[in-house]
Amino acid sequence: MPFTIREKQELVPTIHQMDVAAPLVAEKAMPGQFVILRIDECGERIPLTIADFDAADKTVTLIFQEIGKTTRQLASLDAGDSIADLAGPLGRASAIERFGTVVCVGGGVGIAPIFPIARGLMEAGNRVISIIGARSADILFWEERMEEASSKLYVTTDDGTKGHHGFVTDIVQNVIESGERIDRVIAIGPPVMMRAVAGVTKPFGVKTVVSLNPIMVDGTGMCGACRVLVGGVTKFACVDGPEFDAHEVDFTLLMSRLAMYLPEEKEALDYEAAAEPTI
Amino acid sequence: MTTESKPEKRPEMAKQLPSERRSNFEEVALGYNRHEAVAEAKRCLDCKKPPCIKGCPVGVDIPRFIRQIAEEDFDSAALTLKSTNSLPAICGRVCPQETQCEAVCVLGKSGKGDPIAIGGLERFVADYEMESGVAAPDLPAPTGRRVAVVGAGPAGLTAAAELAKMGHAVTVFESLHAAGGVLVYGIPEFRLPKSIVAAEVDFIRRLGVDMLLNSVIGKISTVDELLFRYDAVFLGTGAGLPSFLGIDGENLNGVYSANEFLTRVNLMKAYLFPEFDTPVKKGRRTIVVGGGNVAMDAARCALRLGAGEVTIVYRRGEDELPARVEEVLNAKEEGIIFRLLTNPIRILGDENNWVTGMECINMELCEPDESGRCRPVPVPETEHTIPADVVIIAIGTSPNPLVSMTTPDLETARYGTIMADETGATSKPGVFAGGDIVTGSATVISAMGAGKVAAKAIDEYIGGAVRL
Ligand SMILES: Cc1cc2nc3c(=O)[nH]c(=O)nc-3n(C[C@H](O)[C@H](O)[C@H](O)COP(=O)(O)OP(=O)(O)OC[C@H]3O[C@@H](n4cnc5c(N)ncnc54)[C@H](O)[C@@H]3O)c2cc1C
Ligand SMILES: Cc1cc2nc3c(=O)[nH]c(=O)nc-3n(C[C@H](O)[C@H](O)[C@H](O)COP(=O)(O)OP(=O)(O)OC[C@H]3O[C@@H](n4cnc5c(N)ncnc54)[C@H](O)[C@@H]3O)c2cc1C
Ligand code: SF4
Ligand code: SF4
Ligand code: FES
Repeated sequence: MPFTIREKQELVPTIHQMDVAAPLVAEKAMPGQFVILRIDECGERIPLTIADFDAADKTVTLIFQEIGKTTRQLASLDAGDSIADLAGPLGRASAIERFGTVVCVGGGVGIAPIFPIARGLMEAGNRVISIIGARSADILFWEERMEEASSKLYVTTDDGTKGHHGFVTDIVQNVIESGERIDRVIAIGPPVMMRAVAGVTKPFGVKTVVSLNPIMVDGTGMCGACRVLVGGVTKFACVDGPEFDAHEVDFTLLMSRLAMYLPEEKEALDYEAAAEPTI
Repeated sequence: MTTESKPEKRPEMAKQLPSERRSNFEEVALGYNRHEAVAEAKRCLDCKKPPCIKGCPVGVDIPRFIRQIAEEDFDSAALTLKSTNSLPAICGRVCPQETQCEAVCVLGKSGKGDPIAIGGLERFVADYEMESGVAAPDLPAPTGRRVAVVGAGPAGLTAAAELAKMGHAVTVFESLHAAGGVLVYGIPEFRLPKSIVAAEVDFIRRLGVDMLLNSVIGKISTVDELLFRYDAVFLGTGAGLPSFLGIDGENLNGVYSANEFLTRVNLMKAYLFPEFDTPVKKGRRTIVVGGGNVAMDAARCALRLGAGEVTIVYRRGEDELPARVEEVLNAKEEGIIFRLLTNPIRILGDENNWVTGMECINMELCEPDESGRCRPVPVPETEHTIPADVVIIAIGTSPNPLVSMTTPDLETARYGTIMADETGATSKPGVFAGGDIVTGSATVISAMGAGKVAAKAIDEYIGGAVRL
């Protein structure tokens, strides 16, 4: 049975929100988990984090950035269209406990997955300090949602068009140095950002968790495509993660493995472009 | 026995030429034609006490279906086969017949000639039936009982078919987007065309089985939750967890588990990239580590993707290769290089984390170990490097853990296999299991056998029809 798209909108240029009808997934989803979807018979299986879920409405919300063949094709679909396959909720759920004060960091499209975690942590009685960042104000989204899900929200942009002019790490540093007791940091975003956050928190010994995004195929532990090195031990991110201790993650390996199919990704886009009707 | 002498040799099955097939994914073995099949069937002695039946894990009535071929009554032959084996087109192709039914055939044993080509004949009948259109099955009256089957591999599919034929309402939960298990993600198109698996799966659907794909049990529902909605549960989740060697360099770009490589190529059709979206690295030089069927399949896929040179590295000798003899021969004909008695020490890479080669050491066989196999030991100072840009690790798999992880009262054995008795019953009431999840990696037909036995036990457990 195909999965119907209930709603679809472009939040900001190249970043889209999609609510997909998936009753059983919506019922079981927890913050931090993801789905694997395949658009059609010829499609690739790609993982996307469950950015929100509504068991009553029987939908899951996905937020994705157009970067290659599959995400562009996904962006071309509209409400009423459907995707062939969607499996989930995969991966381990984020630890939602009463930690005390937690800093939630979301960078770029990583704002989407940090949202349900921040909300969950608030509901569990934590003080949640959220820091969200984007390259520029025009590609920043879900500010209001994050406002609601946080005790305090900071915004950063690389170009200074909104909030703090600079990186999320600047604020992380400030918050820790302000002397407030921070019990936990959780950061989701591009690997460079997650590595930088880990670098900032490490000297202070603040427990820091990141959600890794390696290349995946099945998402159920059967292929090992998603191997990451954590504390010198190889883990399968889809079943052992996707969240890991940031201070133990080998980010260099993660980034080099993400670049594994660069030539093929380009070939896929060129093939797509050649196949497009020229009107 | 009359003096009329029968031919000693079985007809050789036509195959694609090695020079052609090494660059396409079409089926290698082309099957017998009608004439060959009838001639081969006539060679069968129709033994009074046929040992061949005992050699088949599901007890196919071999002399009977072969006699029906000899009489050119192929429809009846198909019925005979289907009454014990719900996937004959698949078994005829991938069963290790040389160690099962054909190994005990009187003809071969007595030295009077080749054993009967039972697998080839089974395939002939199944293909004949598929071409002439499979009759819609007669469905029994519904019993009102509901059974959940987890995993759509050979074990789960067989259990589902058998239970449906008894009139039970069966729902299959499969985590991938296609049904078939290893038959669709592991075994390549050129050994088992996916259209054949699809046709067999379709037949099972027509028995009324509800197939829920994209449904990962342990995530979407636990076994305990299934037991609320179903009268019994069958677990056929297989052994798909890849093993790595634990040597340096295994996380380099270009190093695959055989499962990942084969899944990309077979399930995701990476050999048709970019028409299909999933990529796979086409190495110029590929090394496959291991000597089983999985290693042969990975090596032959790599070759067909256009890898110039494909080398199998295996730590024991030719006689110890666990793969089917036929597949080793096929691989050799296609030009796969075998480096036997060779063991990897580490995988070498460049500054960008890409594989450049593998350091190996020569091995020699010493006295047999507990398992009776000769234990290989390294020969000092024989380290050498084999250049490669793709390395595929095909050294085995272990049971999928998602179900046992989320079912605390399900007993498992040392390597994660689920404990089940000879009927498939597990430590948990109402839960049965069979196939690779119980035995560890085995064969298609043994998984099917387990599915069938468990279906019978489940039927007894749920006690026939609901009284209205
Ligand atoms: C657990 C997890 C959660 C994720 N959540 C989100 C999310 O919520 N929103 C979002 O926009 N992105 C998310 N991603 C990343 C997303 O999966 C990739 O952007 C997507 O697969 C790119 O596919 P493409 O065909 O458009 O691009 P391609 O051109 O194929 O690839 C572009 C880049 O995406 C990565 N990538 C490619 N294929 C895969 C794959 N099968 N699995 C993982 N990464 C891949 C690689 O780094 C690659 O270089 C997540 C990844 C993981 C592992
Ligand atoms: C490459 C390769 C080649 C082989 N060649 C041969 C051969 O030539 N001849 C032969 O006889 N045997 C061969 N085998 C072995 C044979 O394929 C297996 O023994 C057989 O498939 C086992 O069947 P199964 O039903 O137990 O498991 P599988 O075929 O592994 O099926 C298990 C199914 O369960 C699904 N699953 C797992 N976990 C879950 C979950 N939590 N929820 C829902 N679904 C789940 C999986 O996705 C899969 O579809 C080969 C194996 C491989 C890997
Ligand atoms: S199912 Fe396999 S073992 Fe049984 S008769 Fe057929 S080929 Fe032989
Ligand atoms: S043992 Fe061989 S010859 Fe005898 S019935 Fe079986 S297949 Fe025929
Ligand atoms: S994606 Fe295949 S094991 Fe994680």
